[in-house]
Amino acid sequence: MPLETPTRVGLGLPEAERLGWNRERATKRTLRRDGRRWTAWTAWVVGLFSAPGLALLLIEPLTFPVALLCFGHAFAVPALQARRGARAVVAMGSAKSAASPAGEPTGPGRVALGLLADLVGHEGIDVVRGSGLAPYPGALGFWLVGEQGAYLVRRSVLGRRVFSWCVRVGDADGLPAPDRVAHLLLALREDEEGFATVANLNFSGAEWRLRRHLSAGERSALRVLRAR
Amino acid sequence: MGRLIRLDRTGHSTLAEWTAADEAAARRASEAFALELERGFIASATLADGTAEVVRELPVEAELVTLRRPIVGG
Repeated sequence: MPLETPTRVGLGLPEAERLGWNRERATKRTLRRDGRRWTAWTAWVVGLFSAPGLALLLIEPLTFPVALLCFGHAFAVPALQARRGARAVVAMGSAKSAASPAGEPTGPGRVALGLLADLVGHEGIDVVRGSGLAPYPGALGFWLVGEQGAYLVRRSVLGRRVFSWCVRVGDADGLPAPDRVAHLLLALREDEEGFATVANLNFSGAEWRLRRHLSAGERSALRVLRAR
Repeated sequence: MGRLIRLDRTGHSTLAEWTAADEAAARRASEAFALELERGFIASATLADGTAEVVRELPVEAELVTLRRPIVGG
């Protein structure tokens, strides 16, 4: 029996299919909605803690130490959420990376880095070397993919919004760091919406909120995006 | 020429190479491909525009078919 070229049927990400009907597929519309929800939640938290502080100051200015505690909470809760978003993404060479933090990878890591370079191209590998994150220009926005987790940067009327996603290779045992990135990048290229469906949204907010929790390399990757 | 690679702890391993004209090599590649899918790997073919497509049968005209492990939400 001769081998035949299979018909292309535009298969989605198998991992997303396995999630079943109760997991809504991520689209531009759901991302806009989720972004608005995160903004509303953040505004609610800031308002919830700031209002008592302001009320205390109006009633009795001598209560300012308590009011300061309220304002501190209003600042700290959104900041902690942003830090959690930043920590969800593990860049190659970072403290939580499977790769050695110093120098060029050797052996399997080097082989894997070669494949990753093929996937991201010349410009992309410069971003990888500088930040430990692999860039991917998708239809939903611009992605920066780590060994674990990914950032999605989208333009909005109020500036640039970053979504932080928790996602990883199910069984990463023994995989070199660039291969872990390549796994996520391949899945992203196969089905961007499916990738965002499988991944868990960890944070969504203005880029400046996240930037202060990123390493210098990661911030440089965001600067590269800004220049595009 | 087509190449079937698997991402693994060595970086990646080339499992098969074939040409459209070499039916025996394509058949061997197809068997290796099916075996890896049974082991739970997910295959994608790289398209000319740089995107990739999930495949469940070996596309013999593809230049590169990559096998990867499944991903999960964190």
